[in-house]
This record gives sequence, structure tokens and C-alpha cells, in this order.
Amino acid sequence: MKSIKTGIGRRSFIKRSTLASGGLMLSFNWLASCDMTPKKVKALPKEWFTLNGYLKIGDNGMVTIMSPNPEIGQNVKTSMPMIVAEELDVNWDDVIVEQAPLNTTLFKRQLAGGSQSIRQGWQSLRMAGATARDMLLSAAAQTLGVSKNELSTNAGIILHESSGKTLTYGEVASLASTLEVPSEVLLKEVSEFKIIGTSRKNVDGLKIVTGQPLYGIDYKADNMLIAMIVHPPAFGMRLKSIDDIQSSQMPGIRKVFAMKTHLDDYDLGAFDNDAFNEVAVVVGNSTWEVMQAKKELKIEWEMAPGTKKEMDLFGRKMTVETPAGLESTEDHKAIFDKMSKTKGRVVRKDGDPETMFKNAAKIIERNYTCPFLAHNTMEPMNFFADVTEERAILVGPIQTPEIMEGSVSKRLGMPIEKIDIQMTRMGGGFGRRLYGHFLTEAAVISKEMNLPVKLVYSREDDMTQGTYRPAYHAYYRAALDENNNLIAFHVRAGGIPESPLAANRFPAGALDHYLAEDWTAPSNITVGAFRAPRSNFIAGAEQAFLDEVAEAAGKDPIDFRLELLERAAKNPVGTNNDYEADRYAGVLKLVKEKSDWGNTDPNVHRGTAAYFCHNSYVANVLDVVMEKGKPIVQKVYCAIDCGIVINPDAAINLAEGGSVDGIGHAMYSALTFKNGMPEQKNFDDYRLIRHGEAPKEIEVHFVKNDIDPTGLGEPPFPPIIGALANAIYKATGVRHYNQPLISDKNLAG
Amino acid sequence: MALYQLNVNGKQHNVEVDPATPILWVLRDHLNLVGTKYGCGIAQCGACTIHLNGTALRSCQLPVSSVGEGKITTIEGLSASGDHPVQKAWIEHDVPQCGYCQAGQIMSATALLNNNSNPSDEDIEAAMNGNICRCGTYTRIKAAIKTAANS
Repeated sequence: MKSIKTGIGRRSFIKRSTLASGGLMLSFNWLASCDMTPKKVKALPKEWFTLNGYLKIGDNGMVTIMSPNPEIGQNVKTSMPMIVAEELDVNWDDVIVEQAPLNTTLFKRQLAGGSQSIRQGWQSLRMAGATARDMLLSAAAQTLGVSKNELSTNAGIILHESSGKTLTYGEVASLASTLEVPSEVLLKEVSEFKIIGTSRKNVDGLKIVTGQPLYGIDYKADNMLIAMIVHPPAFGMRLKSIDDIQSSQMPGIRKVFAMKTHLDDYDLGAFDNDAFNEVAVVVGNSTWEVMQAKKELKIEWEMAPGTKKEMDLFGRKMTVETPAGLESTEDHKAIFDKMSKTKGRVVRKDGDPETMFKNAAKIIERNYTCPFLAHNTMEPMNFFADVTEERAILVGPIQTPEIMEGSVSKRLGMPIEKIDIQMTRMGGGFGRRLYGHFLTEAAVISKEMNLPVKLVYSREDDMTQGTYRPAYHAYYRAALDENNNLIAFHVRAGGIPESPLAANRFPAGALDHYLAEDWTAPSNITVGAFRAPRSNFIAGAEQAFLDEVAEAAGKDPIDFRLELLERAAKNPVGTNNDYEADRYAGVLKLVKEKSDWGNTDPNVHRGTAAYFCHNSYVANVLDVVMEKGKPIVQKVYCAIDCGIVINPDAAINLAEGGSVDGIGHAMYSALTFKNGMPEQKNFDDYRLIRHGEAPKEIEVHFVKNDIDPTGLGEPPFPPIIGALANAIYKATGVRHYNQPLISDKNLAG
Repeated sequence: MALYQLNVNGKQHNVEVDPATPILWVLRDHLNLVGTKYGCGIAQCGACTIHLNGTALRSCQLPVSSVGEGKITTIEGLSASGDHPVQKAWIEHDVPQCGYCQAGQIMSATALLNNNSNPSDEDIEAAMNGNICRCGTYTRIKAAIKTAANS
């Protein structure tokens, strides 16, 4: 390796050289340094030395750490560099964080999804810090003429104990950057951590509260035009023709045209969405002018035929069929009614559940449903594109930059080496920005215009062209013997168009007789991952059902679960159970203790739930009080086992947010359809939880252990829905089975 | 198109735009003040909240022709270095997750505190109910407003 001089704001040296000039054309230093408090600007070094792709060290000891993954609000831009800084052993105040470029050679899995950034980045982030520290130690050993193992580090200073001599990282960075990368390095013990496990502020915090440009929608470049799209009004329709005469002559309008996002012979990938593959495009000088021209645009739509598409799911070819027609929520309800009574596909069967149900003393059967949901990231879909014959520069909010690079490469017929995707901080993701059709659209529009373009979706465009959370149904059945023991359990879960079933999760493994079936019904409404996919429904349904079963069995709901988990820990049924029963029980025990379960005010009505998904365990107690006949969420307790907690206050924030989000969607949110058209188009009729409806207090507790960390973006969302439903039952005496719960007028108050 | 002279964050700006253009887009597209965010365009989410003569308003519903000589304050004008008590409280509580709605939240909170230096929980909920946070940072926002009120 060699040292490379980089001035302030210079784009990363690891950028592909073919793109260097193109990249520099863009707003200089726009995205580069994001943690630039005045104190840090003052302390910038004269020269930076690169130790590896993750970090460079200045001659004065300042450190720049690259945050490899997209930031959607899950705090990885702070917490991932904290892991590097820990092993590097530097003072966090001396660290500047930059968003890394997309570079699949240097960084692995630059993706925000599945709550996996910390879990899958853990080892490589530690190695990056430890490797650099080792090289600094080697450089210091050479400088001092001593053996490396006589040296130690402490917060950016290298100490030779016997002589008392010290060197700073800044003093040896130049030499260190010329040394061979060690093949083996030492990692710290958990007990030696000084940064991990301590709360550090969001590195973009100052920029956020002062309104500095951070998001894709804020991006600007010289000669940039604004583009917006008009997509068909209903799923099941497509564009027939455009009459652009009026709109194209409106003030500030540069061009109106039709565009195909994907070419006809393109095999869709896992994160391509082409519900509306052909859309109308309006391009103009400013957003308002384009919005006005959109209104004047006359488009003829027609019914779209059913499709049979080839999909390329990471190398696995698949044929996906979608039906023609205009679907309505009423049709979906009819499908639920029919399919929930029809035998499904058996996914898992333990023992002889049929016989046990036949011989049961008591059977409990319940049905649960949830509607489609729109992601509604507060920052609508948008992307900047500057495409020329030679290269494409794409800047904006995307959770899957690497995957979309391939998609846009095929669309433009341009090799990946010539495509530069830059990640901005995202105004929310929740899974929506895994599906980057808007990035491809921006690229096609820029190519058509031969100018830089920022594509912006209006809120209505965003809400009515989603990759929605599917509508799901779950039918549960439990058999009790004459002593009220749970002897068999049956779940049949399906959805439009995918099933939410997780057949090997609890209570599978805790029961001798268990049956799990799934079903699906085709639809042309596009769906995708929504915060905690599938779990975001099935957890609440399952945990509400278990509450009823516990009640029927005359057992305390926490003790009831703990008994089942004890069985699953000691003598599990089956071998595919995808949870650790001890850790599951651990969060329940912790929430029981912290909430002082069982010792409650008669006016406070408590519900509990627990779930495991995305590698983390969460248990809740939720307290409801009734005010004027309406349930108010007074307090939420979360107990979480996600292994080592990197940035505790940020982790608490994420758990608070996940809880509010889960409560909000279960209580208030729905996207319904009439003849293929979403019936909610903006926040006047799509309800999201608001200040006055949020829990008054949220308390978050973590199980303390040394297990490698797992994620937190998704796990706090699913179980809180069960805890909410169970608490509302305690408060009102009525069980609610259909989300949004507020659709029951008694709850609306 | 018409010419307007606007007072934004204590500075005069000249813009030539359609009279119906909302201040939101004048700020974002014409004055390069992008701290004020677009969220819904129909005054339902609060992301675009600014102050006009000290009153919190949704700039997506405020035509440029209606502003006259009114004093507009945006998040950038609250304080460039983040040392306004509300901004400091936001940092202290590390409120933001994605952060997109927070400029609007801060502008609503600042207007609330200008009128009510010691708001109750109910006052906060009422004043802030028009500001959606999709990440669910409501409890932190409330705590930060109380901290700012006490500072």
C-alpha cells in the first residue's frame, strides 16, 4: 500500500479511476464529509495516509472512517465506524465519518436490509480497525527500533512502556501506510471495549438539525432538470397513449414522453419492480412547474394483460405469473374467507395433530387479518442521474446500490465500471428502497434528455406505486386436553400474493403435535419487503392467539410461554427450529422483571408478547389505560437480546421507533383497493401514528451478553403488535382480530 | 411569472416564479435552502414547516404571492451552527433516526416554545400533532422539547 495525499473533501481515492473526473464534476464535497463539527474542521490534518479501504489517518492523528452501508435511519453510519474505531483504538472525538462509495471489492454487502448490516459487517469492520492498528504498531516498532510486542496502544497513542517513549498514530501513519497488510491480527476481548457499548451521538446529527443537504431529494448539480412520472391509476392497467400538446407547452417544461423502465427482454431481478413498466415522464426546470404540467397531461390508459415474466433471483431463474384484472379489497377478503377454510400446503408437521384435535377436550380457533401497507418513507422516492455516452452518475437514496448497479447497467447497455452510484442518507427506507426502479427511471430520463436530471415522486406517486406489505391472513387452532394442557397447535397462513408463515419458529419445537400450512393467491398488486417482512403480521397474530390459549388454559401469559420454551430448550421437537429457546425465554424473563409484571394498578391493562426474527429476540409488556372510552398506550417495556449492543442510546432509539411504528401500523394504517386503485393517496386519508397517539413512555432493556451483535431495525416491530392487541383486550374485554384495529369503531372512541 | 422580493432568514432574495408557487418550492428549487422538506404537499405531514412572522406554517400550502414583506424563517435560519436551544436539545436527546422530518419538527417545536415557555405533555401533543415522524421518534421529541423549555 502507499500513501495518497488527499485534501479536504476530496472524493475517496478508492473510487474507480475511470469515473474520477466525472465524479468531480458533481457538487464538490457534497456528500463526502458528514461529521464536520467546527471543532473537527479546525483539526483537519495537512495530509491523510490510507491504511485500508475503511480508514485513513491524518498527520495530526485525526482519523477518517468510511461507513460502508446505506443509512436509512438505523444508525449504521455511526455504529459501523464505531466498531472500526474500537479495534483501531482511537479517541472517538478524533474520528470523522464519511459515507463510503459503492465498492464491491473493498466492502462486502453494501446493503440496508434484513437488519443485517451490523451482524454481517461485524467481523470485517473489526478487522479493518485491527489491521490498521497492527500496521501502526509495526511502523512505531521500526521508528523506535524496538520489538512490536513491547508496544501498546491507548486512544491513538503508542507507548513503549520500558522506555516511556510515545508516538501518536499521526506520527507513524505515513510509514504505516507503506507497510504490508498483516495476515493475522489480534482482536480485542469484549471486556476491553471502550467505544462499543458506550452511547455516541449520530454523526449526521448537527447537519440534520441545521437543515444541511443530506438526502437525495436535496441533491443539486449544474444544469439539473426536474423530472416527475405519471403512472397508471390502477394496478392492472397500462399506458396506451399520451397527448402532450398542452402540458409540453406549459412554462418551464422541457419535454414530455413515455418511457419503459425495463426493456421487454429484460429478466427482472429480485429487487426490480415493474408494476407500471411504462410511464409518462414530464421534465422541466422546477418541481412546481413540472407538477402543474402533470395535471394537464392527457393520458389514455388501457387494461393490461396478465403477464408471465422471467425473473433472475440471484442466478436462480424463475417464472412469475401475475393475473390481469382490477382487484378490490372486497375480493381479497373473499379470498381470505375461502383459503382459510381450504387445506393448505403442509410445510411442517410434527406428531399426529389430526388425532389430537379429534380427541381434544377444548378447541380454540381464530382468524387474523391485516391489510396492504404502503411504506411511506417521509422522503418520497427520488434519484439524481447524469448519464452521458461515457458514464452514468447516480446519486440518491437506495438500499440496494450494488444490485441496482447491475439493473441499470443492463437498461443503459453500459458496463458496470462506468456506472457510479453514490449513497445519500435516506429519509427512511423500511424496505421500500430495496426496489430501485426509480433509480433506473432517473437514468433513462437523463439519457433521453442528455442532461442531469433529478426524478422526484410526489407523495401520491409514491403511495400509489408501491411495493406494499402484502395483505395476510392467519388461521390458528389449538387443542387443549381435559386438564387444559396445550396438546396440539395448527397454523394455516397465507396472503396476497405471499404467505407470512414461518413454520419453524416458536411454538414449533415446543409441541409434540404441530401442523403448519401455507397458501398464496396471485395478484397484480406489487409487494415487497416492509420492515420485518411477514413477521410484521404473523408475530402479532401468533402472540395474540397464544394469549387466548393461555387464558383458556388458565395460565399467566408469560409463564405459559416460558413453560413452552423450557420444553423447547430441554427436549425440542424436530431439528429445524430456528430460534434459541434460552434466549427467547431470557427476554421474557427480563421484561417480566423490569415491568414488575403481576403487580399492577387496576386501571392499567397489560398485554405481553415476544418474538424472534432477524436474529434478535424481543419481548414486550404494553400498558393501556382507558380515557373517555378510548385505549391510550401509557407505557411500553421492551426487553431485547441482540447480543453485544454497539451504540446503546441509538439502539434504544431504534427500539422506541420500532415500537411506535408497530403500534401505529397495527392500530391505524391500511391501504385498500377499489378496482385496482389504491383508495388512499396521501396522509389525509392514509393514517400514520401521530404525536398524541404514541406511547407516553417507552423503556428499553438489553440482555447483557458477549454474543456477536445482531440487528435492531426490524425485530422490535413485530411483537409489539401482539402486546398491543392483548392489552386492548384486557382493557376492553374484546379481542380484535383485524388490522388496522381502529377499523373497529369501538376503539376509535 | 412575477418577481418577488422575499425576506428569508433576515436576507432579501429576488425570485421570478409563478405566483402560485408554494414557498416550499421557492426555498428548495430557487433559493437552495433545502432544509425545508417536501413530504406530502397538502399540509398533512409537517415536514415543510417554516415560520412566517414567527408563526409555524406549512410552506407547501403558502403561495409565494401571499407572503409580501413577511419574514420567513427556515431551519437554516434558526441558527447555522446548531446553537439554538431547540437544536441543542435535539442533539442532546439524539432525536433523529432517518432525520428527514426533523427540520419540520424543530420548527413546530420552536414556534410552540415561543408562545408557551413551559408546555405540558398535552400542549406538546396538540402543537406537534401535525408533524409526522415515520421512524417514531415521538417520545424523544417530547423529551427534547421539555429540555429546550427548561434551558
